[in-house]
Amino acid sequence: MSAVAFARSDCGGVTARVGGADALLRATGALWLAPARTLVVADLHFEKGSAYAVRGQMLPPYDTAETLRRLAAEVEALAPAAVVFLGDSFHDRDGEARMAGAYVEALVALARGRTLVWVVGNHDADGPACLPGEVVESVRIEGLTLRHEPLAGAQDGEAAGHLHPCARVSGPGHSVRRSCFVTDGARIVLPAFGAYAGGLNVRDKAFAGLFAAPPLAVTLGPSRAQPIGWRRLVGD
Amino acid sequence: MDGAQGQTELPQPFDAWFASRGWRPRAHQLAMLDEARAGRDALLIAPTGGGKTLAGFLPSLIQLAQRPPPNAPPGIHTLYISPLKALAVDIERNLMAPIAEMGLAIKAESRTGDTGMARRQRQRVKPPDILLTTPEQLALFCAWEGARLYFADLACVIIDEVHSIWPSKRGDLLALDLARLQQFAPGMRRVGLSATVDDPAVIQRWMAPRPGAGVDLILGAAGAPPVVDILLSGGEVPWAGHTAHHAMAEVYEVIRRARIALVFVNTRFQAEFAFQELWRLNDDNLPIALHHGSLAAEQRRKVEAAMARGALRAVVCTSTLDLGIDWGDVDLVIQLASPKGASRMVQRIGRANHRLDEPSHALFVPANRFEMLECQAAREAIAENALDSEPERVGALDVLAQHIMGLACSEPFNLVALYDELRTAGPYRDLGWEDYEQVVDFVSTGGYALKTYDRFRRIVQGLDGLWRVRNEETALRHRMNVGAIVSAAMLSVRISSGRRSTPGRKVGEVEEGYLEVLEPGDTFVFAGQVWRLMGVTGTDVLVTSAAGEDAKMPSWGGSKFALSTFLARRVRELMSDGDHWRVLPDDVREWLEIQKDHSAIPASDEMLLETFPHGQRQFMVAYPFEGRLAHTTLAMLLTRRLERLGVGPLGFVCNDYALTIWSLKPMDGLDFAELFAEDMLGDDLEAWLAESAMMKGAFKACALISGLIERRFRQDKKSGRQISFSTDLVYDVLRRHQPDHLLLRAARADAAKGMVDVARLGQLLIRIKGRIRHAALDRLSPFSVPMMLEIGKQLSPGSAGEMILADAAETLIAEATA
Repeated sequence: MSAVAFARSDCGGVTARVGGADALLRATGALWLAPARTLVVADLHFEKGSAYAVRGQMLPPYDTAETLRRLAAEVEALAPAAVVFLGDSFHDRDGEARMAGAYVEALVALARGRTLVWVVGNHDADGPACLPGEVVESVRIEGLTLRHEPLAGAQDGEAAGHLHPCARVSGPGHSVRRSCFVTDGARIVLPAFGAYAGGLNVRDKAFAGLFAAPPLAVTLGPSRAQPIGWRRLVGD
Repeated sequence: MDGAQGQTELPQPFDAWFASRGWRPRAHQLAMLDEARAGRDALLIAPTGGGKTLAGFLPSLIQLAQRPPPNAPPGIHTLYISPLKALAVDIERNLMAPIAEMGLAIKAESRTGDTGMARRQRQRVKPPDILLTTPEQLALFCAWEGARLYFADLACVIIDEVHSIWPSKRGDLLALDLARLQQFAPGMRRVGLSATVDDPAVIQRWMAPRPGAGVDLILGAAGAPPVVDILLSGGEVPWAGHTAHHAMAEVYEVIRRARIALVFVNTRFQAEFAFQELWRLNDDNLPIALHHGSLAAEQRRKVEAAMARGALRAVVCTSTLDLGIDWGDVDLVIQLASPKGASRMVQRIGRANHRLDEPSHALFVPANRFEMLECQAAREAIAENALDSEPERVGALDVLAQHIMGLACSEPFNLVALYDELRTAGPYRDLGWEDYEQVVDFVSTGGYALKTYDRFRRIVQGLDGLWRVRNEETALRHRMNVGAIVSAAMLSVRISSGRRSTPGRKVGEVEEGYLEVLEPGDTFVFAGQVWRLMGVTGTDVLVTSAAGEDAKMPSWGGSKFALSTFLARRVRELMSDGDHWRVLPDDVREWLEIQKDHSAIPASDEMLLETFPHGQRQFMVAYPFEGRLAHTTLAMLLTRRLERLGVGPLGFVCNDYALTIWSLKPMDGLDFAELFAEDMLGDDLEAWLAESAMMKGAFKACALISGLIERRFRQDKKSGRQISFSTDLVYDVLRRHQPDHLLLRAARADAAKGMVDVARLGQLLIRIKGRIRHAALDRLSPFSVPMMLEIGKQLSPGSAGEMILADAAETLIAEATA
């Protein structure tokens, strides 16, 4: 039995109490902090496709467009006052320089009338150089500390990314693997929002020690997020 | 047939060598000599045991023995291509004997993925006269710098087991590489060696050096017809099941009386199960071994070596032993569960008794009543020498992309000249210029409408107008990814040790998908033992021994081979012809009689469709006999239609013979002509296919073969698992942003052909138009019983992923609100 207080939301997401804050875990993988009108997205990995192309693997060059499309849809739906990028917003240091003008303009348009906050990550340690918004190591909102990489050991009131959590659930003759939020009510790890960002099973040892109690996974989906108890989750 | 009329004689020392062995050259061996003298391409079709391989090599051996001393060190004279590494190595050994015994100055060497570095390098500097290799190695040769010079002296290419290579992507790749070799050595002769096939002309067209060029057909004398029996355990055939579990004691008895038996099954799980059952009965401690594709390679090699030594009495195996090196002492082939196709069965039976004058012996063991019909139909087809036929192939575009990249790594190419060269390869004879240009663009920049990768081109056009690889680094990476076989990611099965469950001794390897249906704590059979699954970490499957426990059997028992079109038709004919039933066992005949009384027996051109209530549910069972793939696709599409009609379908199951759909509301009042109308192959098919796991799987394979995704990096070796996840993401993004992309087209073609059998479904819908025989029943029919027994063992796919998650969530919510 999970210690997390949660409920389904009409928007298809799941509301959960995390570190004393009321958070809406959207089916898209974004986190919504309603009182602060703040949208939080983690691990966008903009320009991952072109990072591979530089090395001779011609992945379709549409990942940035796709990630921006998803982001724009969330902004449209929620009209946030602030958008926090939780680190690894670019796949590599040169990503911003490779980004096509149209996408830069889309981000500039997105920044109109609201604040963009770029939390730095390990892939983009300096944050964007030319894009609008503030570059920070971490930021506190609604009593939550928003940073890229989760601190070791159990933490109260932290929202982080970095790990790209995903969950596997077995059914008869078939199993399903989805990106997910994972939270024990004290802290939360967000799924990667980027179109080409892969996932790491929450049963992996990288997650060990982060949670004091067996956490709850909330899987993403085309229309609904689903809360899944720890015992139903299996490794890869 | 082009025959040898006896004028041809063997020169010395060959004639003497034949005589010393007490042999006389066979007619087809002499005919192949005539072909060589006339410089003509030839396809030899002969049953196993007919001296086929020697017939292929003899002309080359004679030419090499008679050649004058060369002025310069000669290049390769004859290239031998085998579908199996083991076969190439075995043939090398077999060639050594005549070469040594006649004292010929001929060097024959094999080269496979397992050949050591030193030998590879020596072969490159000092080529042997005869090189024995695989299609993958040949592709690698063609991606070498200097390939043109290396093959300049090539006189002959021998393609062994050509019937098993041509209808696949490996066949596409080989055809392209042959076209390249022909450019290097215009005088090169092509020789194909094949088992008996239904339509040799298809192989002749595949082999021809250019469209319309003739390839002579040489037919070896037919062997004695095989003797095929059907095993009836206690005279009875079970209603349902896939394992032939009921007959295992008799199967063991038969093995005990045989010298060496090959026991063929259709899936790896069945192989493990049969092996387990036979050892349970093995009071005589007979050496019985196991051989299937999920076992570690060294384990398989050990079994093969023991077999070659004559140390085994039986091997339980899957299609991994359909082809392979000769084991002269096998005297019995047992087929557990249905044969699925006549040609594959003939090939399997050919593994017994490689002597022409004595018949091979085979025993079919049907696992259920429909399989009994199938076994009988196959037996009759084999007796009449009637075989399945393969449709002509259109070369795959992902293979073409790999080939073009390889050529650019070898030497610069001219765009137009290469187009002409490619179209000399049979599968690509109709390649359009537009497709060709798209493939070249794909090789260079990924072929995207959004042109942002021009500065990262993999191949570049020089000032001389020729295309060449960007740099040596890119060429190196390409060469590491050559081949048209995409093997599933392999996991190591290791014994979990200590309290912290660390990976210990390795038991073997399994394909990633093998354990998909199991959860930690479940037991399963692998490598002949029962194990408990502890978990999976990285690429290790951790297990503990669960000896003595019953293993959980996976529910999906079907074969990976679908019932062939040809055999399906024969089953329908046998079933519809009441006079024919007397060849069947009593209980099966009674089953058919009761079916006739209670429901109906369809005519051979009709499709029977039954509707009836059972329990709280309404059922519809259709019997198209078109194979599991086509049925599954049909059931998916019917389910969508039934949903729209408000019937509320709840699930379905399919096997090779029939499909069953169940719902809450009755279905007997539906307009079935409308329901089965061909237009379901339009938007519904596309919508379903695009979201299906099959398309994602096909896309992944195409992405790997075409070089979009690399199989291995030199430093960070990714596991197939990680690749699998990211190709799904790439698929989703590409589908949304460039739905007409080359690779999506290639994946769509593969999925429609190999995985969902759209063509066969289309033919089925045409065949049954106006010929649906509906029987509205008040309860289940005898035919439907095997289907009903399968329900509950399988889950209806539909939107299975969402269902599983919703179910898991509901359990949690119920728990939380209790």
